[in-house]
Amino acid sequence: MTTKGSAMSECTEAIRSEARRLLESGAVDVVLGFAEGTVPMRAAPLFVRDASEVERLIWNPFCENNLARYLRDLRGEKVAIVAKGCDTRSIVALLNEQQIDREKVYIIGVPCEGMVDRRVVMRRVPGEVLRARQEGEEIVVEGRGFSERLPRSEVRYRSCSACTHPNPVIYDVLLGEAVETWCSDRFAYVREIERKPAAERAAYFDSEARRCIRCYACRQACPMCYCAECFVDHTTPRWTESGATPAGQQAWQIGRAYHLLGRCVNCGACERACPMEIDLVYLNGKSSKDVWELFGFEAGIEVDKPPPLAVFLPEDDPDVE
Amino acid sequence: MRGWQPRVVVFLCQWSLKSDREWAQRSQVPDGVRLIEVPCSGRLSPLLLLSTFQRGADGILVVGCEPGHCHYKEGNYLGRRKLATLKSFLDYVGLEEKRLQVAWLGESDRGQLSRLIDDVLRDVRELGPMQELATLEALPSSVCAS
Repeated sequence: MTTKGSAMSECTEAIRSEARRLLESGAVDVVLGFAEGTVPMRAAPLFVRDASEVERLIWNPFCENNLARYLRDLRGEKVAIVAKGCDTRSIVALLNEQQIDREKVYIIGVPCEGMVDRRVVMRRVPGEVLRARQEGEEIVVEGRGFSERLPRSEVRYRSCSACTHPNPVIYDVLLGEAVETWCSDRFAYVREIERKPAAERAAYFDSEARRCIRCYACRQACPMCYCAECFVDHTTPRWTESGATPAGQQAWQIGRAYHLLGRCVNCGACERACPMEIDLVYLNGKSSKDVWELFGFEAGIEVDKPPPLAVFLPEDDPDVE
Repeated sequence: MRGWQPRVVVFLCQWSLKSDREWAQRSQVPDGVRLIEVPCSGRLSPLLLLSTFQRGADGILVVGCEPGHCHYKEGNYLGRRKLATLKSFLDYVGLEEKRLQVAWLGESDRGQLSRLIDDVLRDVRELGPMQELATLEALPSSVCAS
């Protein structure tokens, strides 16, 4: 096995032994990590409560969920969480919104090379994928009658390609070696859209929003979408119709992305959860670009820094006309 | 397009210039313009503005109080951040920028409201009906007439 493949299994081992130590010593009640999924190229969130089950924990290029999404649900307990760069940023954002208690969360930080987009892989191979693993810088994908080697950098999620914080920004223990950042301009894609004429932007937004089936998988996957009652479920006032009509679809996409303004860490969990493959990264990327350019704010980096729409600078804020 | 008349909704802070609000209450606002007083420009939910467009407005004018003169001390500062980001976001998804306009009025701006409304009407007339965002069934025009 080459170095990267063995680094992966070393990381899996490190996560398991850390989980075992934490559970056996009673330091935490539950360890939140990843298990092998039921189909190739999938990993599933796993809640380990008993040290005898730590062998189910894994680390591979398909551990794509943002596990910070479950922290609010476990608020009564002491939790250890396996966290990539983006997961830790979500933890910081949740801390800044007083949603979780730092004392009750033990962060097992894991540097991340960007998760692999199984949809991209499936489009690049001739048949059904039966096995996939990392070897060196490549993902080896095998099926009946084929074996392909794809460079990991080519099959990353788009959100991962635009990632500037692959290493955990906050942690109690760091497993594995820090990785180098590969992205030089995280807003390149947003800029590309911004350059298009207004009519083209409207047409693109419409074509994306129109595919929405209002399943709200994007909302459920998001660590920051925790409102007890979402605006789309309000009836008084009814902000938006609940059917999958063009107006309702657009209102949902705008409302969702705007509500995450200055709170979204661009982990891409929403887009990965979307069964219609709607371009959600382009919407959330815009809100992140704006708060960065207007207020110099980047979500989930600094603890105790309030979200940008909760504060203001009387003299220095940009004017609006 | 013939016979089309722009529909503009003005959200006006209830604490802004009394003289201008009185002018508006004397029903001198142009046809197609609807004035809605709100407690504070900072109180405006971005969703309300989005709904206004989706329910048939061709343009929106938000009028708040100039920096330093908010009745609630900081409402307009928070509103300014919200409006700046919302405007940019709606522009990004294709809404013509001039359809959402914001103005901050101070004591020296007495009598400016009618000019601001005329400006928005002119801009919106040039742009034509709002078609960039999908709309719900529009309100009957009798409701929108001033």
